Amino acid sequence: MTADSAVTPARWQLAVIEQIARQTPHVISVFLRTPLQPHVAGQHVDVRLTAPDGYQAQRSYSIASAPGAELIELAVERLDDGEVSPYFHDVAAIGDTIEVRGPIGGHFVWRAKDGGPIALIAGGSGIAPLMAIVRAWSAFDSKTPLLLIYSARTWEELIFREELLATQAREPDLVFIATTTRGPRQRPQDFDRRLDRALLHEALARWGHRPRDVYVCGSNVFAEAVTSGLILEAVPPGIIRTERFGGEH
Amino acid sequence: MSTRGFSGQRPSDAVAQRLPPGQYRTDDFPVLAKGPTPHVDPATWKFTIQDGPRPLASWNWAQFHALPQTTWRGDIHCVTKWSKFDTTWSGVTIDDLFQAAGIAPPTAYLLAESYDGYDTNLAVADLVGAKAMIATRFAGAPIEAGHGGPARLLVPHLYFWKSAKWVRGLRFTPHDEAGFWELRGYHMRGDPWREQRYTDDP
Repeated sequence: MTADSAVTPARWQLAVIEQIARQTPHVISVFLRTPLQPHVAGQHVDVRLTAPDGYQAQRSYSIASAPGAELIELAVERLDDGEVSPYFHDVAAIGDTIEVRGPIGGHFVWRAKDGGPIALIAGGSGIAPLMAIVRAWSAFDSKTPLLLIYSARTWEELIFREELLATQAREPDLVFIATTTRGPRQRPQDFDRRLDRALLHEALARWGHRPRDVYVCGSNVFAEAVTSGLILEAVPPGIIRTERFGGEH
Repeated sequence: MSTRGFSGQRPSDAVAQRLPPGQYRTDDFPVLAKGPTPHVDPATWKFTIQDGPRPLASWNWAQFHALPQTTWRGDIHCVTKWSKFDTTWSGVTIDDLFQAAGIAPPTAYLLAESYDGYDTNLAVADLVGAKAMIATRFAGAPIEAGHGGPARLLVPHLYFWKSAKWVRGLRFTPHDEAGFWELRGYHMRGDPWREQRYTDDP
């Protein structure tokens, strides 16, 4: 095996904030014009901010935009004790420049040639890299069966929900199921409880396919619950990719 | 050039001194893994040292715990930018493992291999000289599955992806062969103080 050239990130480069859009009460999308190489759906970029005294902070953000999109879209959740997300929420403005590096990552990725069926399971802001996959799938290969299960606290906190609803209305091979843990469901096909084994069982049965690849992205607690449930539902561990954030709590 | 309006949360000098470039301190213990957490039963756990396909030595859980046990306390650094200070790990140093096996390293490189199919490459020079261990305890308790228990490699002077979770053995290789993340864009050595995160970092 040789390293995949597509996963070798370039050095730090300047990116211009071209647009900022509110997605939910806690999440904004930041759109960047960058000189970066094209990304693969699921990859992330590193972002670097520099204070006047030279102090720097770096964080990683998944790319939510489809490969080939003119601008890179990052979904930034405001963490009140955070250092970088409050900058994006409270300070950043159109025309500002930041440094970026990437795209990075060669595991939690999907290319149209990878095919499927694909199951995507997102918790909260974990939708970001999976949204890139949905968009890539919709643009390049919407005949592959695709299941998206997306869990958030409330309907209003489902990032990209309008676009997901529109994609589902347009694409017969997308099954999109939302579940909300602290608010009522809005559609009969959705759920309003934690994503557990029983919910996975019902969602997989409704979808009617066995996945070839499964992508799970969310908090570590979420990823543990989902992967345990999937394995109990006889999904082979070897086809499940995870991307996690946070610790035990 | 500074970022307009960004001031940041500069850590104290005492903390900053211990942070490699680009890292921030956390008191949490984030979990990262390429897939589901494997649950490995110590009753069937086995650790093997191989030279290519050839087994050189192996231990079951009881035999492994009869080896000299060492405790290490210090800081760990994850390539995803977090660092955690003053962590305490216990286990068997790689020096003691090689001595118990009665072997001299047959090559200068090896792959640490895990129960979930993960692997990562290391230079023998980064493992010997009390620099690394196979750890079975964290903070005085058995390592939880999520953090790599029952046993994980601990190479704290390199980014933590090198400290393979759920480790089942070390396999000497003739050359420095890229492991799982090293094939997917990450650096072959991963020294946090030189900020060797990605393939093309110096």
